[in-house]
Amino acid sequence: MSETVRKRGRTGYLLLIPGVLWLALFFVVPLYSLVATSLFDPSGSDTTGYSMTYHWVNYSHVISDYWQPLVRSLAYGALATLFCLVLGYVLAYAIAFKAGRWKNLMLVLVIAPFFTSFLVRTLSWKLLLADDGFIVNSLQFVHILGADGRLLATPVAVIAGLTYNFLPFMVLPLYASIDKIDPRLIEASSDLYANPFVGFFKVTWPLSLPGVVSGTLLTFIPAVGDYINAELLGSPNQRMIGSVIQSLFTNANNYPAAGALSVILMALIVVMVLFYVRRAGTEDLL
Amino acid sequence: MSQVAEQEPTTADAESYDGLRLRNVTKSFGAFKAVDDLDLDVPSGSFIALLGPSGCGKTTTLRMVAGLETPTAGSITLGGQDITYAKPYQRPVNTVFQSYALFPHLDIYENVAFGLRRRKSKEVDTAVRDMLELVELTSQARKKPAQLSGGQQQRVALARALINKPEVLLLDEPLGALDLKLRRSMQLEIKRIQTEVGLTFVHVTHDQEEAMTMADTVAVMNAGVVEQMGAPADLYENPQSTFVANFLGQSNLIEGTIQNRGGDVVTVDMHGIGVSVPTERCHADSDKGWVGIRPEKVLIGAPGEELDAPGNTIPGGVVTDVSFVGVSTQYLVRMPWGQELSVFQQNTGRHTSFVPGDKVELSWRPEYAFLLDFSQDASAGAQKVDAE
Repeated sequence: MSETVRKRGRTGYLLLIPGVLWLALFFVVPLYSLVATSLFDPSGSDTTGYSMTYHWVNYSHVISDYWQPLVRSLAYGALATLFCLVLGYVLAYAIAFKAGRWKNLMLVLVIAPFFTSFLVRTLSWKLLLADDGFIVNSLQFVHILGADGRLLATPVAVIAGLTYNFLPFMVLPLYASIDKIDPRLIEASSDLYANPFVGFFKVTWPLSLPGVVSGTLLTFIPAVGDYINAELLGSPNQRMIGSVIQSLFTNANNYPAAGALSVILMALIVVMVLFYVRRAGTEDLL
Repeated sequence: MSQVAEQEPTTADAESYDGLRLRNVTKSFGAFKAVDDLDLDVPSGSFIALLGPSGCGKTTTLRMVAGLETPTAGSITLGGQDITYAKPYQRPVNTVFQSYALFPHLDIYENVAFGLRRRKSKEVDTAVRDMLELVELTSQARKKPAQLSGGQQQRVALARALINKPEVLLLDEPLGALDLKLRRSMQLEIKRIQTEVGLTFVHVTHDQEEAMTMADTVAVMNAGVVEQMGAPADLYENPQSTFVANFLGQSNLIEGTIQNRGGDVVTVDMHGIGVSVPTERCHADSDKGWVGIRPEKVLIGAPGEELDAPGNTIPGGVVTDVSFVGVSTQYLVRMPWGQELSVFQQNTGRHTSFVPGDKVELSWRPEYAFLLDFSQDASAGAQKVDAE
């Protein structure tokens, strides 16, 4: 008995080795390097080299310089996540309970956008939302937009782009959760005097919470750090933190500031996620 | 066909009937008629079992009463009120589901409280505590359903439905998932609770023993209709169709030609042997019929032996199989016309045992025999050996 237990324990560790090695090499080492870079003396450059001076003021500098895009990123990410949740929940519910034999086809359609590049799809949104495009023209026609109103270079375009690009990441975990709900539980709630509305909030919604939590995390985290949508669909007024970090690295060659900003973003997201998961009461997900 | 429990008149109009009444109820799924023009009356306060093989329409009937299916035609009334098209959450009916369907995210207390909370009841706490006490689960109140055993989950499901004091409680194969021993004790438990609370119970099952143990009235269903309805003993002793004769226990059905229908008894020529059957147990209209006799009513003896059964004696049998099952010995006896009859002999120690190849005589008292219509299939409803 104890022999088999010991054996099973050893197998577990053996199975961990490839993943641990991979993460050590490509996650822990770069993370260490990132944190180290954020503390370098900013007077250096990538040609002359940096010296490690534990320059903590890098952090206060980037916060005072870039707090606006940071807050904007969190707000855009949160709004996109909310829209994804509403759209995605309805879609996932319909696929799980109402699609019948079309279920698999609809799931394929949900992931179909991944067959084309993220960049190309966002570029086509630029065409769709263009100033003389049919969407802007129609909105002008019904006077939702003024005669010189536009969509490109507005928060609407950026948030819509984020919502579109991350919707599948919301739908799939939601579908997995909702599909697992035994329809007899909904029948039981109806038998016990719950009308469809009450039944949804007392039975379906709580049982789908694991999907809601993983879907919102899978949407919110990449959406906050995204820079493609803001770059292509927005203007400098819609700059998100991803664009700032990207240009600090590639244009300004300010590695310490870019590193400090990345560490701040990561720390913020980790803290928010921990708080959120605590509140949702699904610690067992982590 | 109309089947009515106890003494309720068929023609009384729905307005004055205080129980559950189904009239001409049909439910089709595409071309398949799951329930076919069904009439059923369940008097208030009774315990009725719908018994039949899988696919006979018993669960569909139950789901229509619960409101989870809408009848294709016909009407359902409860206490004079038409509930045919009422939403499930609007009818005073609760269900104990086959797989219990307990809410996995709520604890036992909240599962039981669910119906009362939806109806904004004031006395939730007292009612839930009383109900948990009734089903002996007070100590489990704060556990989640998954932490409970199958038998305990079953009791939670019962409590969750009963606490609403429904006018009709529906039980859909509630004991199907339990092992045999637990099932027997739950049968008695549910029967006890029904007597205690005095509500109307409609119980769906494919287990004839369960139906007969628990219910006051059993309705045997087959192919979407009620074949026969009555008290368990009446159904068993005087079945009106081959389906009921075979589905409830076992029967020997022997082809016979009716010779005389006069008076109290019908006389039948059964392969050259004259037997008689009481007129009130004759359910055959044509000249031919199936003479039915339960295996435990058949006596077996050596040729010429004095058997305690004046009346129907059939000579010329040969024992072909003997199985000893403890309380009784079960014989198969090949008759001169080629048919094998089943005989159960109680092991009282007073009878000789036979071995395969022995010549024997069979006999039974005429009052135990019944006569069924020849147009029916003699093997209808016969259970496979491994049915349980």
